[in-house]
Amino acid sequence: MLELRSIGMRFGAVEALQAVDLELAPGEVVGLMGDNGAGKSTLLKIVAGNFAPTSGEIRWDGQAVELTPLSAREHGIEAVYQDLALCDNLSATANVFLGRELHRRLFGILPVLDHGAMRNRSAELFDELGSDTRPDDLVRRMSGGQRQATALARARLSAPRLMLLDEPTAAISVRQIAEVLELIRSLRDQGVSVLLVSHRMSDVFAVADRVVVLRRGRKVADKASAESSPEEVTALITGAIEAA
Amino acid sequence: MKGLRRAPQSLWVMLTVAALAGVMSLVSEPFASADNIFNISRNFAFIGLIALGQTAVIATGGIDLSVGSVMGLVGIVTGLVLASGQPLIVAAAAGLGCALLCGLVNGALVGYLRLSPFVVTLGMLSIARSLALVISNNRMIHDFGPDEELLLTLGGGRFLGVANPVWLLLVAALCAAAWFRYSRLARHVLAVGGNEDSTRLAGVPVARVKLTVYVLCSLLAGVSAILMVGWLGAVTNALGQNYELRVIASAVIGGANLMGGEGGAFGAVAGAALIELIRNSLLLLGVDPYWQGAFIGGSIIAAMLVERIRRTGRPGVA
Ligand SMILES: Nc1ncnc2c1ncn2[C@@H]1O[C@H](COP(=O)(O)OP(=O)(O)OP(=O)(O)O)[C@@H](O)[C@H]1O
Ligand SMILES: [Mg+2]
Repeated sequence: MLELRSIGMRFGAVEALQAVDLELAPGEVVGLMGDNGAGKSTLLKIVAGNFAPTSGEIRWDGQAVELTPLSAREHGIEAVYQDLALCDNLSATANVFLGRELHRRLFGILPVLDHGAMRNRSAELFDELGSDTRPDDLVRRMSGGQRQATALARARLSAPRLMLLDEPTAAISVRQIAEVLELIRSLRDQGVSVLLVSHRMSDVFAVADRVVVLRRGRKVADKASAESSPEEVTALITGAIEAA
Repeated sequence: MKGLRRAPQSLWVMLTVAALAGVMSLVSEPFASADNIFNISRNFAFIGLIALGQTAVIATGGIDLSVGSVMGLVGIVTGLVLASGQPLIVAAAAGLGCALLCGLVNGALVGYLRLSPFVVTLGMLSIARSLALVISNNRMIHDFGPDEELLLTLGGGRFLGVANPVWLLLVAALCAAAWFRYSRLARHVLAVGGNEDSTRLAGVPVARVKLTVYVLCSLLAGVSAILMVGWLGAVTNALGQNYELRVIASAVIGGANLMGGEGGAFGAVAGAALIELIRNSLLLLGVDPYWQGAFIGGSIIAAMLVERIRRTGRPGVA
Protein backbone atom coordinates (compact mmCIF):
# COMPACT_ATOMS: atom_id res chain seq x y z
CA MET A 1 0.00 0.00 0.00
CA LEU A 2 2.65 2.51 1.13
CA GLU A 3 6.16 2.28 -0.20
CA LEU A 4 9.01 4.63 0.67
CA ARG A 5 12.07 4.40 -1.53
CA SER A 6 15.39 5.81 -0.45
CA ILE A 7 13.89 8.76 1.38
CA GLY A 8 16.32 11.47 2.43
CA MET A 9 15.57 14.64 4.36
CA ARG A 10 17.95 17.47 5.03
CA PHE A 11 17.34 20.51 7.23
CA GLY A 12 20.23 22.80 6.36
CA ALA A 13 23.27 20.99 7.70
CA VAL A 14 21.25 18.34 9.53
CA GLU A 15 20.62 15.09 7.69
CA ALA A 16 17.50 13.95 9.48
CA LEU A 17 16.94 10.96 7.18
CA GLN A 18 19.22 9.08 4.77
CA ALA A 19 18.10 6.53 2.21
CA VAL A 20 15.23 5.11 4.22
CA ASP A 21 13.13 2.36 2.61
CA LEU A 22 9.87 1.27 4.16
CA GLU A 23 6.85 -0.75 3.09
CA LEU A 24 3.48 -1.03 4.74
CA ALA A 25 0.72 -3.50 3.85
CA PRO A 26 -3.00 -3.03 4.58
CA GLY A 27 -3.83 -3.90 8.17
CA GLU A 28 -0.21 -4.00 9.18
CA VAL A 29 1.02 -2.37 12.39
CA VAL A 30 4.61 -1.20 12.24
CA GLY A 31 6.43 0.10 15.28
CA LEU A 32 9.00 2.79 14.48
CA MET A 33 11.67 3.16 17.13
CA GLY A 34 14.82 5.16 17.66
CA ASP A 35 16.56 7.52 20.02
CA ASN A 36 15.69 11.22 20.37
CA GLY A 37 16.47 12.97 17.12
CA ALA A 38 16.74 9.72 15.17
CA GLY A 39 14.28 11.08 12.58
CA LYS A 40 11.07 9.29 13.54
CA SER A 41 8.83 12.34 13.59
CA THR A 42 10.42 13.62 10.41
CA LEU A 43 9.63 10.37 8.60
CA LEU A 44 6.08 10.50 9.87
CA LYS A 45 5.61 14.07 8.74
CA ILE A 46 6.88 13.17 5.29
CA VAL A 47 4.25 10.45 5.00
CA ALA A 48 1.63 12.89 6.29
CA GLY A 49 2.63 15.35 3.56
CA ASN A 50 3.92 18.04 5.92
CA PHE A 51 7.48 17.86 4.61
CA ALA A 52 8.49 17.09 1.05
CA PRO A 53 11.51 14.77 1.24
CA THR A 54 14.72 16.20 -0.24
CA SER A 55 15.31 12.92 -2.06
CA GLY A 56 13.61 9.61 -2.71
CA GLU A 57 10.18 8.53 -3.81
CA ILE A 58 6.85 7.85 -2.12
CA ARG A 59 4.51 5.33 -3.73
CA TRP A 60 0.91 4.88 -2.73
CA ASP A 61 -1.04 1.93 -4.15
CA GLY A 62 1.80 1.47 -6.63
CA GLN A 63 1.73 5.06 -7.91
CA ALA A 64 4.45 7.62 -7.28
CA VAL A 65 2.85 10.49 -5.36
CA GLU A 66 3.80 13.91 -4.03
CA LEU A 67 2.10 14.32 -0.71
CA THR A 68 0.70 17.50 0.78
CA PRO A 69 -1.37 17.54 3.98
CA LEU A 70 -4.52 17.69 1.87
CA SER A 71 -3.58 15.04 -0.69
CA ALA A 72 -2.37 12.73 2.10
CA ARG A 73 -5.78 13.01 3.69
CA GLU A 74 -7.48 12.35 0.39
CA HIS A 75 -5.44 9.16 0.09
CA GLY A 76 -6.69 8.14 3.52
CA ILE A 77 -3.57 8.98 5.54
CA GLU A 78 -4.25 10.53 8.94
CA ALA A 79 -1.74 11.62 11.54
CA VAL A 80 -1.74 12.21 15.28
CA TYR A 81 1.30 14.25 16.17
CA GLN A 82 3.61 14.03 19.13
CA ASP A 83 2.74 17.52 20.30
CA LEU A 84 -0.91 16.69 19.61
CA ALA A 85 -1.40 19.77 17.47
CA LEU A 86 -4.68 20.87 18.98
CA CYS A 87 -6.09 24.36 19.30
CA ASP A 88 -6.31 25.04 23.03
CA ASN A 89 -8.86 27.79 22.60
CA LEU A 90 -11.40 25.66 20.75
CA SER A 91 -13.76 22.91 21.85
CA ALA A 92 -13.12 19.20 21.39
CA THR A 93 -15.65 19.15 18.56
CA ALA A 94 -14.10 22.14 16.80
CA ASN A 95 -10.73 20.40 16.93
CA VAL A 96 -12.09 17.09 15.66
CA PHE A 97 -13.63 18.83 12.65
CA LEU A 98 -10.91 21.44 12.09
CA GLY A 99 -10.51 21.88 8.34
CA ARG A 100 -13.40 19.50 7.67
CA GLU A 101 -16.32 21.33 9.22
CA LEU A 102 -19.82 20.13 8.43
CA HIS A 103 -22.28 22.54 6.91
CA ARG A 104 -25.98 22.82 6.55
CA ARG A 105 -27.72 25.20 4.21
CA LEU A 106 -29.71 28.02 5.66
CA PHE A 107 -32.75 28.85 3.51
CA GLY A 108 -31.45 26.26 1.08
CA ILE A 109 -28.48 28.37 0.02
CA LEU A 110 -26.38 29.97 2.72
CA PRO A 111 -23.83 27.47 4.08
CA VAL A 112 -23.50 27.66 7.87
CA LEU A 113 -21.61 25.47 10.32
CA ASP A 114 -23.74 22.55 11.47
CA HIS A 115 -22.87 22.66 15.17
CA GLY A 116 -25.42 19.99 16.12
CA ALA A 117 -24.25 17.40 13.61
CA MET A 118 -20.59 17.98 14.47
CA ARG A 119 -21.28 17.69 18.19
CA ASN A 120 -23.21 14.43 17.72
CA ARG A 121 -20.58 12.90 15.50
CA SER A 122 -17.74 13.77 17.85
CA ALA A 123 -19.73 12.42 20.80
CA GLU A 124 -20.04 9.14 18.86
CA LEU A 125 -16.33 9.08 18.16
CA PHE A 126 -15.51 9.65 21.84
CA ASP A 127 -17.89 6.84 22.74
CA GLU A 128 -16.16 4.49 20.32
CA LEU A 129 -12.84 5.43 21.87
CA GLY A 130 -14.27 4.80 25.33
CA SER A 131 -13.29 8.31 26.33
CA ASP A 132 -15.10 10.56 28.78
CA THR A 133 -14.25 13.65 26.71
CA ARG A 134 -17.23 15.99 26.40
CA PRO A 135 -17.66 17.44 22.90
CA ASP A 136 -18.16 21.02 24.12
CA ASP A 137 -15.20 21.15 26.50
CA LEU A 138 -12.36 23.48 25.64
CA VAL A 139 -9.09 21.68 25.01
CA ARG A 140 -7.43 24.11 27.44
CA ARG A 141 -9.36 22.51 30.29
CA MET A 142 -8.74 18.88 29.32
CA SER A 143 -6.60 16.13 30.82
CA GLY A 144 -3.80 14.55 28.81
CA GLY A 145 -5.94 11.53 28.05
CA GLN A 146 -8.82 13.65 26.83
CA ARG A 147 -6.48 15.56 24.55
CA GLN A 148 -5.17 12.29 23.17
CA ALA A 149 -8.73 11.12 22.59
CA THR A 150 -9.52 14.36 20.79
CA ALA A 151 -6.51 13.95 18.50
CA LEU A 152 -7.44 10.33 17.83
CA ALA A 153 -11.07 11.17 17.20
CA ARG A 154 -9.96 13.73 14.66
CA ALA A 155 -7.84 11.13 12.89
CA ARG A 156 -10.69 8.60 12.98
CA LEU A 157 -13.19 11.01 11.50
CA SER A 158 -12.61 10.06 7.90
CA ALA A 159 -12.17 6.28 8.33
CA PRO A 160 -8.51 6.39 7.23
CA ARG A 161 -6.52 3.59 5.58
CA LEU A 162 -3.25 4.50 7.24
CA MET A 163 -2.95 5.99 10.68
CA LEU A 164 0.30 7.66 11.74
CA LEU A 165 0.70 7.87 15.50
CA ASP A 166 3.60 9.82 17.02
CA GLU A 167 4.08 8.88 20.67
CA PRO A 168 0.36 8.38 21.34
CA THR A 169 1.07 7.00 24.80
CA ALA A 170 3.59 9.57 26.00
CA ALA A 171 1.25 11.92 27.81
CA ILE A 172 -1.35 9.65 29.33
CA SER A 173 -2.10 7.39 32.28
CA VAL A 174 -1.52 3.63 32.40
CA ARG A 175 -5.21 2.84 32.05
CA GLN A 176 -5.43 5.10 29.01
CA ILE A 177 -2.35 3.51 27.49
CA ALA A 178 -4.16 0.17 27.52
CA GLU A 179 -7.10 1.88 25.81
CA VAL A 180 -4.95 3.37 23.08
CA LEU A 181 -3.29 0.00 22.45
CA GLU A 182 -6.72 -1.59 22.27
CA LEU A 183 -7.74 1.04 19.77
CA ILE A 184 -4.70 0.28 17.62
CA ARG A 185 -5.66 -3.40 17.57
CA SER A 186 -9.22 -2.59 16.61
CA LEU A 187 -7.95 -0.36 13.80
CA ARG A 188 -5.82 -3.23 12.53
CA ASP A 189 -8.80 -5.58 12.68
CA GLN A 190 -10.69 -3.14 10.46
CA GLY A 191 -7.88 -3.32 7.92
CA VAL A 192 -6.32 0.02 8.83
CA SER A 193 -2.52 0.17 8.73
CA VAL A 194 -0.75 1.85 11.60
CA LEU A 195 2.69 3.39 11.76
CA LEU A 196 3.38 3.76 15.46
CA VAL A 197 6.25 5.86 16.78
CA SER A 198 6.99 5.12 20.40
CA HIS A 199 9.73 5.12 22.97
CA ARG A 200 7.88 2.52 25.01
CA MET A 201 9.23 -0.87 24.06
CA SER A 202 6.31 -2.65 25.73
CA ASP A 203 3.75 -0.77 23.64
CA VAL A 204 5.50 -1.59 20.40
CA PHE A 205 5.89 -5.26 21.20
CA ALA A 206 2.28 -5.42 22.39
CA VAL A 207 0.74 -4.30 19.10
CA ALA A 208 3.28 -4.15 16.27
CA ASP A 209 3.64 -6.86 13.62
CA ARG A 210 6.96 -5.41 12.59
CA VAL A 211 9.62 -3.27 14.23
CA VAL A 212 11.67 -0.70 12.34
CA VAL A 213 14.61 0.98 14.04
CA LEU A 214 16.13 4.29 12.97
CA ARG A 215 19.52 5.46 14.18
CA ARG A 216 20.74 8.92 13.21
CA GLY A 217 18.50 9.02 10.21
CA ARG A 218 19.33 5.56 8.87
CA LYS A 219 17.21 2.45 9.02
CA VAL A 220 19.18 -0.17 10.93
CA ALA A 221 16.52 -2.85 11.37
CA ASP A 222 13.21 -3.92 9.88
CA LYS A 223 11.92 -7.28 11.08
CA ALA A 224 8.88 -9.12 12.39
CA SER A 225 8.47 -8.34 16.06
CA ALA A 226 8.02 -12.04 16.78
CA GLU A 227 11.59 -12.58 15.55
CA SER A 228 13.07 -9.78 17.59
CA SER A 229 13.15 -8.89 21.25
CA PRO A 230 13.17 -5.76 23.40
CA GLU A 231 16.82 -6.45 24.21
CA GLU A 232 17.81 -6.59 20.56
CA VAL A 233 15.88 -3.44 19.72
CA THR A 234 17.44 -1.58 22.64
CA ALA A 235 20.86 -2.58 21.39
CA LEU A 236 19.96 -1.43 17.89
CA ILE A 237 18.70 1.92 19.12
CA THR A 238 21.84 2.64 21.10
CA GLY A 239 24.16 1.28 18.47
CA ALA A 240 25.44 -1.64 20.55
CA ILE A 241 24.40 -3.75 17.57
CA GLU A 242 25.12 -2.14 14.19
CA ALA A 243 22.19 -3.59 12.24
CA ALA A 244 19.79 -6.51 12.11
CA MET B 1 -16.89 32.90 40.78
CA LYS B 2 -16.28 30.34 38.10
CA GLY B 3 -19.55 31.30 36.42
CA LEU B 4 -18.57 34.94 36.53
CA ARG B 5 -15.20 34.23 35.02
CA ARG B 6 -16.82 32.43 32.16
CA ALA B 7 -19.23 35.25 31.37
CA PRO B 8 -18.12 36.78 28.09
CA GLN B 9 -16.10 39.93 28.37
CA SER B 10 -18.58 41.76 26.12
CA LEU B 11 -21.18 41.38 28.88
CA TRP B 12 -18.87 42.96 31.43
CA VAL B 13 -18.09 45.82 29.13
CA MET B 14 -21.78 46.43 28.43
CA LEU B 15 -22.47 46.49 32.17
CA THR B 16 -19.62 48.98 32.61
CA VAL B 17 -21.04 51.12 29.82
CA ALA B 18 -24.47 51.08 31.49
CA ALA B 19 -23.02 51.90 34.91
CA LEU B 20 -20.87 54.73 33.58
CA ALA B 21 -23.79 56.14 31.61
CA GLY B 22 -25.92 55.98 34.75
CA VAL B 23 -23.38 57.85 36.85
CA MET B 24 -22.79 60.43 34.12
CA SER B 25 -26.45 61.20 33.70
CA LEU B 26 -26.57 61.96 37.43
CA VAL B 27 -23.49 64.18 37.62
CA SER B 28 -23.72 65.92 34.27
CA GLU B 29 -26.83 67.71 33.05
CA PRO B 30 -25.96 67.73 29.32
CA PHE B 31 -24.88 64.08 29.23
CA ALA B 32 -28.33 62.56 28.84
CA SER B 33 -29.48 65.17 26.32
CA ALA B 34 -30.69 63.78 23.03
CA ASP B 35 -27.95 65.65 21.18
CA ASN B 36 -25.16 64.24 23.28
CA ILE B 37 -26.43 60.67 23.06
CA PHE B 38 -26.76 61.11 19.31
CA ASN B 39 -23.18 62.34 19.09
CA ILE B 40 -21.75 59.58 21.22
CA SER B 41 -23.53 56.89 19.24
CA ARG B 42 -22.46 58.32 15.91
CA ASN B 43 -18.85 58.78 16.95
CA PHE B 44 -18.56 55.28 18.25
CA ALA B 45 -20.14 53.84 15.12
CA PHE B 46 -17.13 54.90 13.04
CA ILE B 47 -14.78 53.20 15.48
CA GLY B 48 -17.00 50.19 16.13
CA LEU B 49 -17.25 49.34 12.46
CA ILE B 50 -13.47 49.10 12.11
CA ALA B 51 -13.16 47.35 15.48
CA LEU B 52 -15.20 44.48 14.00
CA GLY B 53 -12.50 43.93 11.38
CA GLN B 54 -9.70 44.58 13.84
CA THR B 55 -11.17 41.92 16.14
CA ALA B 56 -10.94 39.34 13.35
CA VAL B 57 -7.33 40.34 12.70
CA ILE B 58 -6.43 40.19 16.38
CA ALA B 59 -8.18 36.82 16.70
CA THR B 60 -5.66 35.37 14.22
CA GLY B 61 -2.91 36.59 16.51
CA GLY B 62 -2.18 39.58 14.28
CA ILE B 63 -2.76 43.31 14.50
CA ASP B 64 -3.57 46.01 11.96
CA LEU B 65 -1.95 49.33 12.85
CA SER B 66 -2.70 50.84 9.46
CA VAL B 67 -6.47 51.36 9.78
CA GLY B 68 -6.24 55.07 10.64
CA SER B 69 -3.99 55.83 7.68
CA VAL B 70 -6.15 53.73 5.36
CA MET B 71 -9.06 55.93 6.46
CA GLY B 72 -7.07 59.00 5.47
CA LEU B 73 -6.17 57.58 2.06
CA VAL B 74 -9.72 56.40 1.33
CA GLY B 75 -11.18 59.72 2.47
CA ILE B 76 -8.88 61.72 0.20
CA VAL B 77 -9.31 59.47 -2.85
CA THR B 78 -13.10 59.37 -2.47
CA GLY B 79 -13.19 63.11 -1.96
CA LEU B 80 -11.05 63.87 -5.00
CA VAL B 81 -13.01 61.59 -7.30
CA LEU B 82 -16.25 63.19 -6.10
CA ALA B 83 -14.77 66.64 -6.58
CA SER B 84 -13.89 65.72 -10.15
CA GLY B 85 -17.63 65.37 -10.79
CA GLN B 86 -17.99 61.59 -10.61
CA PRO B 87 -21.01 60.04 -8.89
CA LEU B 88 -20.65 58.73 -5.34
CA ILE B 89 -20.77 55.10 -6.43
CA VAL B 90 -17.65 55.59 -8.56
CA ALA B 91 -15.87 57.60 -5.89
CA ALA B 92 -16.67 55.04 -3.20
CA ALA B 93 -15.47 52.24 -5.47
CA ALA B 94 -12.20 54.11 -6.02
CA GLY B 95 -11.79 54.70 -2.28
CA LEU B 96 -12.62 51.13 -1.35
CA GLY B 97 -10.32 49.93 -4.12
CA CYS B 98 -7.46 51.65 -2.30
CA ALA B 99 -8.55 50.04 0.97
CA LEU B 100 -8.66 46.67 -0.76
CA LEU B 101 -5.13 47.18 -2.04
CA CYS B 102 -3.78 48.13 1.37
CA GLY B 103 -5.50 45.09 2.87
CA LEU B 104 -4.13 42.80 0.17
CA VAL B 105 -0.59 44.06 0.69
CA ASN B 106 -0.86 43.70 4.48
CA GLY B 107 -2.46 40.29 4.24
CA ALA B 108 -0.11 38.93 1.59
CA LEU B 109 3.01 40.01 3.48
CA VAL B 110 1.71 38.67 6.78
CA GLY B 111 0.03 35.55 5.43
CA TYR B 112 2.19 34.34 2.57
CA LEU B 113 5.59 35.83 3.42
CA ARG B 114 5.01 35.41 7.18
CA LEU B 115 6.33 38.82 8.10
CA SER B 116 5.47 40.25 11.49
CA PRO B 117 2.01 41.86 11.42
CA PHE B 118 3.24 44.63 13.69
CA VAL B 119 6.02 45.67 11.33
CA VAL B 120 4.06 45.22 8.10
CA THR B 121 1.08 47.27 9.23
CA LEU B 122 3.31 49.86 10.88
CA GLY B 123 4.90 50.29 7.47
CA MET B 124 1.46 50.55 5.85
CA LEU B 125 0.47 53.13 8.46
CA SER B 126 3.27 55.31 7.18
CA ILE B 127 2.79 54.51 3.48
CA ALA B 128 -0.97 55.10 3.33
CA ARG B 129 -0.72 58.38 5.25
CA SER B 130 2.06 59.55 3.01
CA LEU B 131 0.05 58.65 -0.10
CA ALA B 132 -2.88 60.62 1.28
CA LEU B 133 -0.57 63.61 1.63
CA VAL B 134 0.87 63.21 -1.85
CA ILE B 135 -2.50 62.75 -3.53
CA SER B 136 -4.20 65.59 -1.68
CA ASN B 137 -1.15 67.83 -1.91
CA ASN B 138 -2.07 68.79 1.64
CA ARG B 139 -5.28 70.51 0.55
CA MET B 140 -8.63 70.27 2.25
CA ILE B 141 -11.44 68.97 0.02
CA HIS B 142 -14.92 70.24 0.76
CA ASP B 143 -16.56 70.50 -2.64
CA PHE B 144 -17.90 67.06 -3.44
CA GLY B 145 -19.53 67.65 -6.81
CA PRO B 146 -23.02 66.60 -7.90
CA ASP B 147 -23.39 63.81 -5.30
CA GLU B 148 -22.42 66.03 -2.37
CA GLU B 149 -25.91 65.98 -0.89
CA LEU B 150 -26.04 62.19 -1.02
CA LEU B 151 -22.65 61.88 0.69
CA LEU B 152 -23.57 64.32 3.44
CA THR B 153 -26.88 62.52 4.08
CA LEU B 154 -25.25 59.13 4.12
CA GLY B 155 -22.68 60.04 6.75
CA GLY B 156 -24.36 62.89 8.57
CA GLY B 157 -28.06 62.10 8.29
CA ARG B 158 -30.39 60.17 10.52
CA PHE B 159 -33.17 57.64 10.18
CA LEU B 160 -35.82 57.25 12.89
CA GLY B 161 -33.76 59.56 15.05
CA VAL B 162 -30.67 57.41 14.89
CA ALA B 163 -27.55 58.43 12.98
CA ASN B 164 -27.06 56.53 9.72
CA PRO B 165 -23.59 55.20 10.63
CA VAL B 166 -25.14 53.70 13.77
CA TRP B 167 -27.64 51.77 11.67
CA LEU B 168 -24.83 50.48 9.53
CA LEU B 169 -22.87 49.46 12.61
CA LEU B 170 -25.92 47.63 13.93
CA VAL B 171 -26.35 45.65 10.73
CA ALA B 172 -22.61 45.01 10.46
CA ALA B 173 -22.39 43.83 14.08
CA LEU B 174 -25.26 41.38 13.63
CA CYS B 175 -23.69 40.04 10.45
CA ALA B 176 -20.32 39.79 12.17
CA ALA B 177 -21.84 37.97 15.15
CA ALA B 178 -23.47 35.45 12.83
CA TRP B 179 -20.22 35.20 10.90
CA PHE B 180 -18.21 34.43 14.05
CA ARG B 181 -20.64 31.71 15.05
CA TYR B 182 -21.63 30.12 11.78
CA SER B 183 -18.89 30.54 9.21
CA ARG B 184 -16.09 28.14 8.56
CA LEU B 185 -13.74 31.03 7.88
CA ALA B 186 -14.32 32.53 11.34
CA ARG B 187 -13.74 29.12 12.89
CA HIS B 188 -10.43 29.00 11.05
CA VAL B 189 -9.61 32.53 12.17
CA LEU B 190 -9.92 31.46 15.80
CA ALA B 191 -8.03 28.24 15.11
CA VAL B 192 -5.11 30.12 13.52
CA GLY B 193 -4.95 32.36 16.58
CA GLY B 194 -5.10 29.35 18.89
CA ASN B 195 -2.43 27.20 17.27
CA GLU B 196 -1.24 28.24 13.86
CA ASP B 197 0.92 25.17 13.22
CA SER B 198 -1.76 22.72 14.15
CA THR B 199 -4.26 24.55 11.99
CA ARG B 200 -1.87 24.30 9.07
CA LEU B 201 -1.40 20.59 9.78
CA ALA B 202 -5.16 20.19 9.66
CA GLY B 203 -5.06 21.38 6.07
CA VAL B 204 -6.52 24.85 6.64
CA PRO B 205 -5.10 27.41 4.17
CA VAL B 206 -3.67 29.60 6.92
CA ALA B 207 -2.18 32.23 4.62
CA ARG B 208 -5.49 32.74 2.85
CA VAL B 209 -7.32 33.05 6.15
CA LYS B 210 -4.93 35.80 7.21
CA LEU B 211 -5.15 37.57 3.88
CA THR B 212 -8.92 37.63 4.19
CA VAL B 213 -9.02 39.21 7.65
CA TYR B 214 -6.59 41.98 6.72
CA VAL B 215 -8.64 42.73 3.61
CA LEU B 216 -11.88 42.79 5.62
CA CYS B 217 -10.36 45.07 8.22
CA SER B 218 -9.06 47.49 5.59
CA LEU B 219 -12.39 47.56 3.75
CA LEU B 220 -14.25 48.34 6.97
CA ALA B 221 -11.81 51.17 7.62
CA GLY B 222 -12.61 52.41 4.11
CA VAL B 223 -16.37 52.29 4.61
CA SER B 224 -16.00 54.08 7.93
CA ALA B 225 -13.85 56.76 6.28
CA ILE B 226 -16.41 57.47 3.56
CA LEU B 227 -19.21 57.83 6.11
CA MET B 228 -17.00 60.06 8.20
CA VAL B 229 -16.27 62.36 5.29
CA GLY B 230 -20.03 62.61 4.79
CA TRP B 231 -20.48 63.55 8.41
CA LEU B 232 -17.63 66.09 8.51
CA GLY B 233 -18.53 67.59 5.13
CA ALA B 234 -14.83 67.97 4.36
CA VAL B 235 -11.71 65.87 4.30
CA THR B 236 -8.02 66.43 4.91
CA ASN B 237 -5.19 63.94 4.78
CA ALA B 238 -5.30 63.84 8.59
CA LEU B 239 -8.60 61.94 8.55
CA GLY B 240 -8.43 59.00 10.93
CA GLN B 241 -5.13 60.03 12.47
CA ASN B 242 -4.48 58.04 15.67
CA TYR B 243 -7.68 56.05 15.14
CA GLU B 244 -5.73 52.80 15.12
CA LEU B 245 -5.26 53.22 18.83
CA ARG B 246 -8.97 53.69 19.54
CA VAL B 247 -9.88 50.82 17.24
CA ILE B 248 -7.38 48.44 18.83
CA ALA B 249 -8.42 49.58 22.28
CA SER B 250 -12.07 48.86 21.42
CA ALA B 251 -11.27 45.37 20.18
CA VAL B 252 -9.05 44.54 23.13
CA ILE B 253 -11.42 45.95 25.73
CA GLY B 254 -14.17 43.95 24.04
CA GLY B 255 -12.29 40.72 24.68
CA ALA B 256 -10.14 40.21 21.60
CA ASN B 257 -7.01 38.52 22.89
CA LEU B 258 -3.81 40.03 21.50
CA MET B 259 -2.25 36.57 21.75
CA GLY B 260 -4.90 35.38 19.29
CA GLY B 261 -7.71 32.86 19.41
CA GLU B 262 -10.39 34.95 21.07
CA GLY B 263 -12.71 37.73 20.07
CA GLY B 264 -16.31 38.43 19.15
CA ALA B 265 -18.49 40.96 17.38
CA PHE B 266 -20.44 42.25 20.37
CA GLY B 267 -17.25 42.70 22.34
CA ALA B 268 -15.83 44.95 19.64
CA VAL B 269 -18.94 47.13 19.59
CA ALA B 270 -19.19 47.25 23.38
CA GLY B 271 -15.51 48.17 23.57
CA ALA B 272 -15.97 50.99 21.08
CA ALA B 273 -18.98 52.25 23.04
CA LEU B 274 -17.00 52.26 26.26
CA ILE B 275 -14.08 54.17 24.73
CA GLU B 276 -16.35 56.81 23.26
CA LEU B 277 -18.30 57.09 26.49
CA ILE B 278 -15.12 57.64 28.46
CA ARG B 279 -13.95 60.27 25.97
CA ASN B 280 -17.28 62.04 26.14
CA SER B 281 -17.43 61.89 29.93
CA LEU B 282 -13.98 63.36 30.28
CA LEU B 283 -14.95 66.25 28.01
CA LEU B 284 -18.18 66.91 29.89
CA LEU B 285 -16.37 66.75 33.21
CA GLY B 286 -14.05 69.45 31.93
CA VAL B 287 -10.90 67.34 31.72
CA ASP B 288 -8.38 68.80 29.30
CA PRO B 289 -8.75 66.87 25.98
CA TYR B 290 -4.98 66.50 25.90
CA TRP B 291 -5.46 63.77 28.48
CA GLN B 292 -7.48 61.56 26.13
CA GLY B 293 -4.49 59.72 24.72
CA ALA B 294 -3.38 58.81 28.21
CA PHE B 295 -6.79 57.38 29.04
CA ILE B 296 -7.08 55.37 25.83
CA GLY B 297 -3.55 54.02 26.08
CA GLY B 298 -4.05 53.24 29.75
CA SER B 299 -7.28 51.43 29.03
CA ILE B 300 -5.60 49.10 26.50
CA ILE B 301 -3.03 48.11 29.08
CA ALA B 302 -5.65 47.81 31.82
CA ALA B 303 -7.87 45.62 29.63
CA MET B 304 -5.00 43.23 29.03
CA LEU B 305 -4.26 43.02 32.74
CA VAL B 306 -7.91 42.43 33.62
CA GLU B 307 -8.07 39.70 30.99
CA ARG B 308 -4.97 38.04 32.41
CA ILE B 309 -6.28 38.22 35.96
CA ARG B 310 -9.66 36.87 34.90
CA ARG B 311 -7.99 33.89 33.30
CA THR B 312 -5.17 33.04 35.65
CA GLY B 313 -6.14 34.80 38.84
CA ARG B 314 -3.00 36.95 38.90
CA PRO B 315 -1.41 39.72 36.88
CA GLY B 316 1.95 38.01 36.22
CA VAL B 317 2.72 34.88 34.27
CA ALA B 318 2.62 31.80 36.51
N1 LIG C 1 11.64 21.57 11.06
C1 LIG C 1 12.92 21.24 11.30
N2 LIG C 1 13.91 22.10 11.00
C2 LIG C 1 15.19 21.78 11.26
N3 LIG C 1 15.60 20.64 11.80
C3 LIG C 1 14.66 19.72 12.12
C4 LIG C 1 13.27 19.99 11.90
N4 LIG C 1 12.57 18.92 12.32
C5 LIG C 1 13.48 18.04 12.79
N5 LIG C 1 14.73 18.51 12.66
C6 LIG C 1 15.97 17.80 13.03
O1 LIG C 1 15.91 16.53 12.46
C7 LIG C 1 16.42 15.55 13.33
C8 LIG C 1 15.37 14.46 13.55
O2 LIG C 1 14.28 14.99 14.30
P1 LIG C 1 12.96 14.19 14.62
O3 LIG C 1 12.02 15.14 15.25
O4 LIG C 1 12.49 13.49 13.41
O5 LIG C 1 13.46 13.14 15.68
P2 LIG C 1 12.60 12.09 16.52
O6 LIG C 1 13.18 10.76 16.19
O7 LIG C 1 11.17 12.27 16.29
O8 LIG C 1 13.01 12.46 17.99
P3 LIG C 1 12.10 12.46 19.33
O9 LIG C 1 12.18 11.09 19.87
O10 LIG C 1 12.83 13.43 20.21
O11 LIG C 1 10.74 12.90 18.97
C9 LIG C 1 16.79 16.29 14.61
O12 LIG C 1 18.17 16.53 14.57
C10 LIG C 1 16.04 17.56 14.52
O13 LIG C 1 16.73 18.60 15.18
MG1 LIG D 1 9.58 12.93 17.51
